[in-house]
Amino acid sequence: MKMAVFLGCTVPVRNLSYELSAKRVAGELGLELVDIPEFNCCGYPVKSVHHETAYLLAARNLALAEERGLDICTLCSACTSVLTEVSRELASNEALLDATCKSLGMLGRRYSGKVKVRHFVRVLYEDIGLEALKKAVKRPLDMFSIASHYGCHYLKPSEIYDGFDHPEVPESLDKLVAVTGARAVDYRTKKDCCGGAILGVDEETALSMARAKLDDINSAGADAINLICPFCSVMYGANQRKIGSGHGVKYDLPILYYPQILGLAMGINHEELGLMQNPIRPRALLAKIS
Amino acid sequence: MESAQKKDVPVVTILDPKFKYEVAREPGGENIKYCFQCGTCTSGCKVAELDSKYNPRKIIRMVILGMRERVLSSDFIWLCATCYTCHERCPQDVRIPEVMNALKNIAVREGYIHPAFRAQAELIAGYGRLYEVDELANEKRTDWGLQEIPQGCPEVAEIYGITGLADLLSSGAGGKS
Ligand code: SF4
Ligand code: SF4
Ligand code: SF4
Ligand code: SF4
Repeated sequence: MKMAVFLGCTVPVRNLSYELSAKRVAGELGLELVDIPEFNCCGYPVKSVHHETAYLLAARNLALAEERGLDICTLCSACTSVLTEVSRELASNEALLDATCKSLGMLGRRYSGKVKVRHFVRVLYEDIGLEALKKAVKRPLDMFSIASHYGCHYLKPSEIYDGFDHPEVPESLDKLVAVTGARAVDYRTKKDCCGGAILGVDEETALSMARAKLDDINSAGADAINLICPFCSVMYGANQRKIGSGHGVKYDLPILYYPQILGLAMGINHEELGLMQNPIRPRALLAKIS
Repeated sequence: MESAQKKDVPVVTILDPKFKYEVAREPGGENIKYCFQCGTCTSGCKVAELDSKYNPRKIIRMVILGMRERVLSSDFIWLCATCYTCHERCPQDVRIPEVMNALKNIAVREGYIHPAFRAQAELIAGYGRLYEVDELANEKRTDWGLQEIPQGCPEVAEIYGITGLADLLSSGAGGKS
């Protein structure tokens, strides 16, 4: 299986360990991820400013993948939602496709509406499948308890995601954690947003949103948070200390990207998964394995 | 007039009864008129829980009543985290985060753009992405065995030109917020 990997803006500059581990694990599982360096921003931040521009930014990315005859595999949940939305709109709305093609033509590009978009983790869940993942596990992580943060755009708006998981009672990430042998930790605020999208508008509210979940995950006894989105990583990783000191708590909750968890369970060396490069170094966690 | 000097003169809001149609014509705003004010959206909204300035049900009510200027010039339309929680639950399929996007799009054309969003839009115009990928970043990528990423993407600036966003941003819109 071969897909174009859409890194987005944040991952290739700030979350290299996510990219590294995803590519490493994919290679091991027979999923070939092809880089397209010409990709631009998915369009998500522009959608609230200028709808048409956001759609065209997304369409150009789809066109680049189509030129190579590849579907898109994403690492960021927000990229997933915008690219999925636009690919579906263009596949079903001929007038919009015509208008979009006119604009793309001015850039010397064309698009016929064929590209499909899926989050990396959804590809693991649906295409590789839990059975195959289970077989790939060489070192079960039964000493870990891991809380998954689904975030928002991985599952919502649900009408663009073919019902692969339920937005109100999600289970895909917990199952993916369980397959590695780790205990999937349930907690009250599991479905809630991390607040990242409004960090630049109202920092206090955004950080409080992240804090509510950190508190919950902490008291549920998790060793780490499972993340699948670089935005959420900014909230729980890069901002974790700030959130803690803001109200006199010292969290020590490593964040792990799902491919890092899976990679560890597959017996891949933590250095090849970039674990020590994460915003919170998972020292205690790694000590548990060896 | 004398009464106008008094302290507690109520602030009169000029209503624009056509505003809801304007919003309904905007991409994402199509279903606004179906709202029957049940409050499901606000009751499950994490932003509303923490920040009393934000109340999606009320914003929709204000639009339907025609409080055009108040809504478009407000800070609160920029507070939706687009988490889609309410979207999944609204019994009338109002598509609230998309309505908020429609309102923000109109606000931008009226000269109100939140500075954080302006900054992001300008970064993307310049670099093709939200962050500059400079030589240092690419060196690090190479060290890690990851492919280099080109600096800048001129086609993105062309896109801004084609859609008119370049003109909108340079017309100085967005002193507000
Ligand atoms: S969602 Fe954000 S990080 Fe991802 S490509 Fe879009 S703008 Fe960039
Ligand atoms: S920032 Fe919030 S809205 Fe964005 S992906 Fe993370 S959880 Fe979802
Ligand atoms: S949930 Fe829907 S119908 Fe109810 S108040 Fe909110 S927008 Fe209106
Ligand atoms: S999408 Fe916006 S209005 Fe709806 S629950 Fe999330 S933050 Fe609140």
